[in-house]
Amino acid sequence: MIAALIGLPLLGATVLLLGGRRTNAWGHFLAVAMSAASFVLGAFLFIQMVGKSEEEREVGQHLFDWISVGAFQIPFGLHLDQLSIVFVLLITGVGTLIHIYSIGYMEHDPNRRRFFAYLNLFVAAMLLLVLADNYFLLYVGWEGVGLASYLLISFYQQKPSAATAGKKAFIVNRVGDVGLSLAIMLMFVTFGTVTFEGVDAAVASGSSSTVTWIGLALLLAACGKSAQFPLQSWLLDAMEGPTPVSALIHAATMVTSGVFLMTRMSPVLHASYEFAPTIIAVVGAATALYAATVAVAQNDIKKVLAYSTVSQLGYMFLAIGSGAYVAAIFHMITHAFFKALLFLGSGSVIHGMHHEQDMRRMGALRKLMPVTAITFIIGWLAIAGVPPFAGFWSKDEILLYVYANNRFLYVVGLVTALLTAYYMTRQVIMVFYGKAKWNDHASDHGAHGDFTPHESPKIMLFPLVVLAFLSVVGGAMQLPFTKKLHFLEHWLAPITEESEAHIGETWAYHNKYILLGVAVVVATVGILAAFAVYAKGKFKAIEPKVLEQAWYYDAGASKLVGGPGAALFNGIAWVDAHIVDGAVNGTATLVRNIGGTVRKAQTGFVRSYAALMAIGFVAVLAWFIYRGVA
Amino acid sequence: MNPNNYLILAAILFTIGVYGVLVRRNAIIVFMSVELMLNAANLAFVAAARNTGTLDGLVVAFFVMVVAAAEVVVGLAIIVTIFRTRRSASIDEASLMKY
Amino acid sequence: MNGESVVFWVSGTFAVAGALGMVVSKKAVHSALWVAFAMINIAVLYFTLEAPFLGTTQIIVYTGAVMMLFLFVLMIVGVDSSDSLLETIKGQRLLAALFALTFGGVVVASIASTLASPSAGLAIANAGYGGHLQAIAFLVFGQYLFAFEVLSALLITAALGAMVLAHNERWAPRKTQDQLQRERTMGNHVTPLPAPGVMARNNSVDTPALLPDGSTSIESLPNAFRGEGKVAKPNSIEEAGK
Repeated sequence: MIAALIGLPLLGATVLLLGGRRTNAWGHFLAVAMSAASFVLGAFLFIQMVGKSEEEREVGQHLFDWISVGAFQIPFGLHLDQLSIVFVLLITGVGTLIHIYSIGYMEHDPNRRRFFAYLNLFVAAMLLLVLADNYFLLYVGWEGVGLASYLLISFYQQKPSAATAGKKAFIVNRVGDVGLSLAIMLMFVTFGTVTFEGVDAAVASGSSSTVTWIGLALLLAACGKSAQFPLQSWLLDAMEGPTPVSALIHAATMVTSGVFLMTRMSPVLHASYEFAPTIIAVVGAATALYAATVAVAQNDIKKVLAYSTVSQLGYMFLAIGSGAYVAAIFHMITHAFFKALLFLGSGSVIHGMHHEQDMRRMGALRKLMPVTAITFIIGWLAIAGVPPFAGFWSKDEILLYVYANNRFLYVVGLVTALLTAYYMTRQVIMVFYGKAKWNDHASDHGAHGDFTPHESPKIMLFPLVVLAFLSVVGGAMQLPFTKKLHFLEHWLAPITEESEAHIGETWAYHNKYILLGVAVVVATVGILAAFAVYAKGKFKAIEPKVLEQAWYYDAGASKLVGGPGAALFNGIAWVDAHIVDGAVNGTATLVRNIGGTVRKAQTGFVRSYAALMAIGFVAVLAWFIYRGVA
Repeated sequence: MNPNNYLILAAILFTIGVYGVLVRRNAIIVFMSVELMLNAANLAFVAAARNTGTLDGLVVAFFVMVVAAAEVVVGLAIIVTIFRTRRSASIDEASLMKY
Repeated sequence: MNGESVVFWVSGTFAVAGALGMVVSKKAVHSALWVAFAMINIAVLYFTLEAPFLGTTQIIVYTGAVMMLFLFVLMIVGVDSSDSLLETIKGQRLLAALFALTFGGVVVASIASTLASPSAGLAIANAGYGGHLQAIAFLVFGQYLFAFEVLSALLITAALGAMVLAHNERWAPRKTQDQLQRERTMGNHVTPLPAPGVMARNNSVDTPALLPDGSTSIESLPNAFRGEGKVAKPNSIEEAGK
């Protein structure tokens, strides 16, 4: 039954890819149907799980023994527990909504069928990732989503920039995957098993330093997938893909697989040295602040959202580093809702503006695209952290745990929240309010000439409405008022209980309403500041070039790899060709030369052989005689 | 008369025989050198037999002669056969199995 | 200074001389003769070593049969075949000399004192069986009977082997005298064929002979030369006379 979750979308992808052009007419419906069927099945499993008692909720399904080589045993098994069902619902639910949206968005694209095939492939791979019962199978899913991401980013194959962006995503992900490979190898060597159960049980007995190394290697993998510093540059270029792709993969699901991995390995983190979670928290906080500062100066509607995603993922890592696993998952869920909403909304805007993405050419779209505008504003309020929308509750939960852990990081988190409110407000103002700017440079924008933006078709508006609704009520999962309302925490307790930081007795916990108030104040300040700059024009906008170029990260990385990096690679290649190969070839040459010298004894003349034999005979005879044996 | 003289004489003949095997190229002369070596061995046998007062040495020497005769017969037949195809009796001719 | 030592020194020296002569002779036949000489001297030594039977056998079998066999084969192979005494393999002479010296040294040093003097003599042994020949016969057909039988098998095999190796295979049945005469009489040429070059200027094998009427006789040439262009032009009788 669990296998069907993965099997249905996989079947959809296979049929659409193998069927080819024949399936063009109904391909998208099949894809949506498969995704929706997975969602229904997932919901059914969830309801079944709720009905069971807490001990019985974890269900495993062993399909077959995949790799069986001596001590290295990898089963192809699926494991459904409270954590993975949350992810399953999220993936299939948001995924189905985005499938529906794509029917409208990709209507005029002749390659729509291929798009849906890849979307289904992605859903299948992501489900495999969250349902795997061992790290190795998780790695398979990991690679699968990387592949799907590559295929979808470079979907507009004719554009060289899209192809390059796809490659960049794949390669940067690969750097992270090295971490996952190393972690699996370390796990196998130290514990002898790579299943989650096995590792969780054995981690207590392993040496702390090994466990820490494993944790850091997995952190590297998570940084790769979740676009944390220093592996964040691929997510920005990934905006080359169609907007539904950005919504699904780079907002709601794939980038959260890093968070999933971190949560799955919580026992490992729990057993490692103190500084490992601190490193995670610092990475998360630094990335969050970095991305927030850069988002302030971006002019492409999707790029703002992309940096915003990186920043919010930084929040999730910050939460994990502070021991707040439940808060991280909570924020991930709410983030999925409102970020998908914002991306789809921006897609709607782009669609209505005839594929114009520069915000400086938009403005005053509120009247022309009412539904889009309202849903987008709901998403904005959620991400800015305005109560009672979902984002406020989850962000506050994180800040609570961070405060209890490390004051300095709390301040960083607050500053980031301020900036988040600021740039999101800026975006809303530039796109939906102010003067209409789309006709100002009409002549440079292709052959559109004088046009009027229009609202998107209903099939695209439907998912927006659903996601807006979820962004409003999503906070109800984990309201901080009383323990009884902590539904998510209780649901995930069997998995995260041990590793969760216990802040029940700290000052922060007792005074959480004060911190709640501080968060509200910060959000308001950010929104008002943006209003003052962009709506009222009271202050000049600060958008320095260094922020727009993302602190020159890409240029710096290119210089480093091109200069010293290239020298290093050439040096290594030289060593390999001359020293390593030289040793091997040298051995062969040595043997050949020795043989060449020794073979000269084979003269072919019987007499010389006889002479050598005679000499040998005399030697042996002398030996025997003078040893007294003869 | 030191009986060891006979042994030393046998050793000298044997050495000359081996020298002949190693140095001469004509196959037949090599054969004759081998015969010389056998003769030297025979001489040693007979001298030792006489010295120890047993007749076994003589019997062995007799058998050695028989074997040498048989060997000569077959060996020369082979040389003749080879000579028929090769037109040459030099043993240096067969030198193809070399480096 | 008894007779035995005199004979030893004389025959021994001659034996060594014969051996050396064999090794350094240029012509193969000379080598064979030198070896025979050495073997006769060894036979003499046998006689002095109280082994008359063995000495006789040495002369009859070795010098008589084996060396004659060698000479026969030398005739077949070519009496003229002589080795140049230049050594072609580098270092061979050196190795051989090295061997000789080392071996000689080792053996002489080790065996030079093995036999106890004086020799026991075979008189008692002979007497035990009633005579020298009887004693040997007793041993051969008694204690060493098995070896004797094996040796006889060996001899038979060797003889057969030699016959097989030296055999010349006939490709056609042998022509009888009757058949030969018929071919001659009823063939195309009753008289013997002229030898090549008869009555021609030279007697090289590719010059045909001249018949009495002055024409060339193709039959006087071996088969291989009978084609066009291979025949040297003979001089005519008139020309020969000029």
